[in-house]
Amino acid sequence: MKLKHFIVIVFLLVIVGAIASCQSDEQLEFNRYYSAGRVVYQSHCQNCHGAQGEGLQGLIPPLTDSAYLKINKNILACSVNNGLKGKIIIKGREFDGTMPSNDLAPINLAMALTYVTNSFGNKLGVITSGQVEKDLSACK
Amino acid sequence: MKKLAAAIVIILLWNACKTNTEKKILPIYGSREPVTKVVNGQTVTDTIYQTIPPFKFINQYGDSISDKNLDGKIYVADFFFTSCPSICPIMQRNMLNVYKAYKDTGDVKIISYTIDPKYDSVKVLKKYADKLGVTGNAWWFLQGKKDNTYELAEKSYLVAVKQDSTVKGGYTHQGYFVLVDRQKRVRGAYDGTNPQQVAQLIDDIKSLKTEPASATK
Repeated sequence: MKLKHFIVIVFLLVIVGAIASCQSDEQLEFNRYYSAGRVVYQSHCQNCHGAQGEGLQGLIPPLTDSAYLKINKNILACSVNNGLKGKIIIKGREFDGTMPSNDLAPINLAMALTYVTNSFGNKLGVITSGQVEKDLSACK
Repeated sequence: MKKLAAAIVIILLWNACKTNTEKKILPIYGSREPVTKVVNGQTVTDTIYQTIPPFKFINQYGDSISDKNLDGKIYVADFFFTSCPSICPIMQRNMLNVYKAYKDTGDVKIISYTIDPKYDSVKVLKKYADKLGVTGNAWWFLQGKKDNTYELAEKSYLVAVKQDSTVKGGYTHQGYFVLVDRQKRVRGAYDGTNPQQVAQLIDDIKSLKTEPASATK
């Protein structure tokens, strides 16, 4: 009887442990993407979009529109690498400028996007390199 | 003993007051030459400083603007172009702070010369100013002949600009904010991409405002 209890407890502990380590693996991956992403952001995006993602008046849109980022999550990689042109509505304001194109490797793109979509009040989780590669292959 | 302590305190306070009221005098940049002339039978040596030469450009409202419009004004000049992808946004973000600090004073102006006059027409400059939230006449975006602009930049404002097809946007330029006094002499150059230096600029304009309009040697 006691042995049975013991086995059950050990079994439960193993399951809990597995889930915990699983989560921390995800957390680790996120942290890795996020902190490297900050560096990519600083060297490729910050000049225009600002240290707080605040943009610049009516010229450069802020990166604080979580709804826009969520809806467009799968085309963000294309927008960054191919640039953007034409009207977009961000936080209820119209922007009609040109975002220049970039030539970022998928891994760097994934890191920058993870940083942006989880900073400035956004919380969309990790965007992986594999996801970015998939998104890039579907660019219009 | 008490008297001594009191004396020390008074001296310290006096000194504190003195350093607070001491005025900061900004250096005068550019070439200079001594001129000797005879005034009332006495030989006097004077210094002629380099100044911003006459120019004629068009602003974002389509008005003709010359150096005459800046007579007796303190102003900050920079060089940019509206389609600039590199340092311009961060420069204009910092310049907005200068604008906000002095837009209502009347005697301080901001002049942004475009180095891409072919693309940056009056219409494009007006749209740009609108989007930046700039109204009124405190900040002018000027468009003129390319050669004139480049010469003014390099020889007078001492800022390097050049066309370069190998860089993004097609131009390289230094992001300096150049401070010019009421006598059109260059009194400072600040890295427009550096918020601390721009804060210094905002501060230095204050000291320049206290200078008499006629002469500081």
